[in-house]
Amino acid sequence: MDGVLFELSEVTVRGPDGRERISGMDARIPDHGITVLAGPSGSGKSTMLRLCNRLEVPGAGRVSYRGAPMEDMDPLELRRRVAMVFQRPTALPGSVADNLRIADPGAGEARVAAMLERVGLGGFADRRAAELSGGETQRMALARALLTDPEYVLFDEPTSSLDPSAARSIERLAAQLAEDGTPSCWVTHDLGQMRRLAHHLVVVVGGRVAQQGHLDDVLRSRSAEVASFLAGGDEE
Amino acid sequence: MTTVDVGFLGVASSLVLVVVALVLSMAEGLGLERSILWASLRAFAQMMVIGAGLSLVFEPEAPMVWSWLWVAAMVLVGAATVSSRVGGLRGTFTNALLALGCAQAVSLAVVYGLGVMPLEPRTLVPVAGMLLGNCIGATVLAARRTLAEVQAHRDDIEVRIALGWAARDAVRPHLAEAMRTSVTPQVEQTKIIGLIALPGTMTGLLLAGVDPLDAVLTQIVVVFLILGSVAVTAVLVGRGTARRLTTADHRLVLPPTG
Repeated sequence: MDGVLFELSEVTVRGPDGRERISGMDARIPDHGITVLAGPSGSGKSTMLRLCNRLEVPGAGRVSYRGAPMEDMDPLELRRRVAMVFQRPTALPGSVADNLRIADPGAGEARVAAMLERVGLGGFADRRAAELSGGETQRMALARALLTDPEYVLFDEPTSSLDPSAARSIERLAAQLAEDGTPSCWVTHDLGQMRRLAHHLVVVVGGRVAQQGHLDDVLRSRSAEVASFLAGGDEE
Repeated sequence: MTTVDVGFLGVASSLVLVVVALVLSMAEGLGLERSILWASLRAFAQMMVIGAGLSLVFEPEAPMVWSWLWVAAMVLVGAATVSSRVGGLRGTFTNALLALGCAQAVSLAVVYGLGVMPLEPRTLVPVAGMLLGNCIGATVLAARRTLAEVQAHRDDIEVRIALGWAARDAVRPHLAEAMRTSVTPQVEQTKIIGLIALPGTMTGLLLAGVDPLDAVLTQIVVVFLILGSVAVTAVLVGRGTARRLTTADHRLVLPPTG
C-alpha cells in the first residue's frame, strides 16, 4: 500500500438514470507527483475523481484513502484534506476575498493576499469575483481550494473552457504545487496536456481502467485500447 | 336581514350559464362541450357528496372526532394532490403531509387556543378546509422552486460542499429564494384584499345573511390564518425538499432531468 493515496477496488457507479458510469474499476492513485486521468469523453474519469472526495459513492466495491475505507471517514474532514477544482470556473457572490473566505471564514487579509499572490492574482482581493475572466476565476477557485491547506488537489478538467494561455498558467500552478509537496490528480482528454503534466497516467476507457502506471511505461507498452485512444484523442 | 336559500330549483336555474358556455363552445368551435358537461356534472356530484358528509358531521349530536377525522382526510388528500403535481421528486407526499399537518396544527391552535372562534364542527371543518385549499399552491410552488434553485445552482453548492461545508449549509443560500417565491403571492393577495374582489369567506357570510362587519372580521381572521399557514408550509416544504436532495454524508443527489 506504500505510496498509494487512493485505491479503487471493483468499484461500480451508476448514474441517476441507472446507467453504469464506472464498471468494476480497479485503480491506484499515488501520493506524489501529478496523476493524469485520461480517456475519451464519457469514459468515467470525472466520476472517478468525484469518488476521491466522496461527492460520489460507489454502488459496489470500495474506495480507500491511505489504506482506510473512505466510508469510515468523516466526509467533511476528508474534503478539507482533498480539495477539488471543478471544470466550470465558479465565482460565488461577493469579492475575490469573500470567495476565498468561503473556505476559511477566519482567514485574515494577509493570508488571503498571500494565497492570491501564489496563484498570480496579487492585488485582486477587493475585485468583484463575477467580473474576473474565466482563467482568473479558475485561479481564484484554486486559491480558494488551497486555503483549506489540503494534502491533495483534484482537478476536474479545469482548463476545458479556458484559452490556451490561461490553461497553461493553471498547468504551471499544478506543476509548482506538486514540486512544493502538494500532489494532484488531473482529469483531461487533451493528450498534449496529459504529456505535459503526467508523472503517473491512468487511461480510462468505457468505465474501466485500460492501463495505468508511470507515463513513460504506459506510452511504451501501450495496449491496443490505449493506442486507439492516443491515436484519436485531442491535442492542443 | 334575510338569508339566501338557493334550493335545487336555484341550482337548476343556474344551469342556464352552463348552457351559455356550451353554446359559446359550439359556436366558436372550441370543442369543449364534453369537458364542460363533465366538469359541471362532477362539481355537482362532488359537492352533493361533501354536503351529505358535512350534514352528518354537523349534526348536533355528532361526536367532535368526526370533524377531526374529516380534517385529517383533507390533509391526506392535500398531500396526495401536492405529490401528484410536483412529480419526479421522491418523498414529496411525506414532506407535504408533514408541512400541511404542521400548518394546520399551528393555525388551529391559534384559532381555538386563543378563543378566536368556538371549537365546533361548523367552524373547524370550513376553517381547516379553507387553510388547506390556500396552502396547496404554495406547497407545490415551494417544492418545485426548491428543486429548480438547487438544480440551477448545483455548481455553487458543490463548490461549498467540496470545501468541507455541511450539505444543508451549502444549500441554504438558495433555499431562501425558493421560499420567498412561494410566500410572495399570498403576501400580495393579502395587500389587495377587498379592493378588487370580495373574498370567499366574506361573500359566503354575506349571502348567508350575516352582518357585514361580522363578515369582515371573520374574513380578516381567515386571511391572517392563511398567510401564516402559507409561510409555515413553504418553509417546511422548502427545507424538507432540500433535505431530500442531500444525503447524510453531505452529497448532493438530484433526480434525473428530462
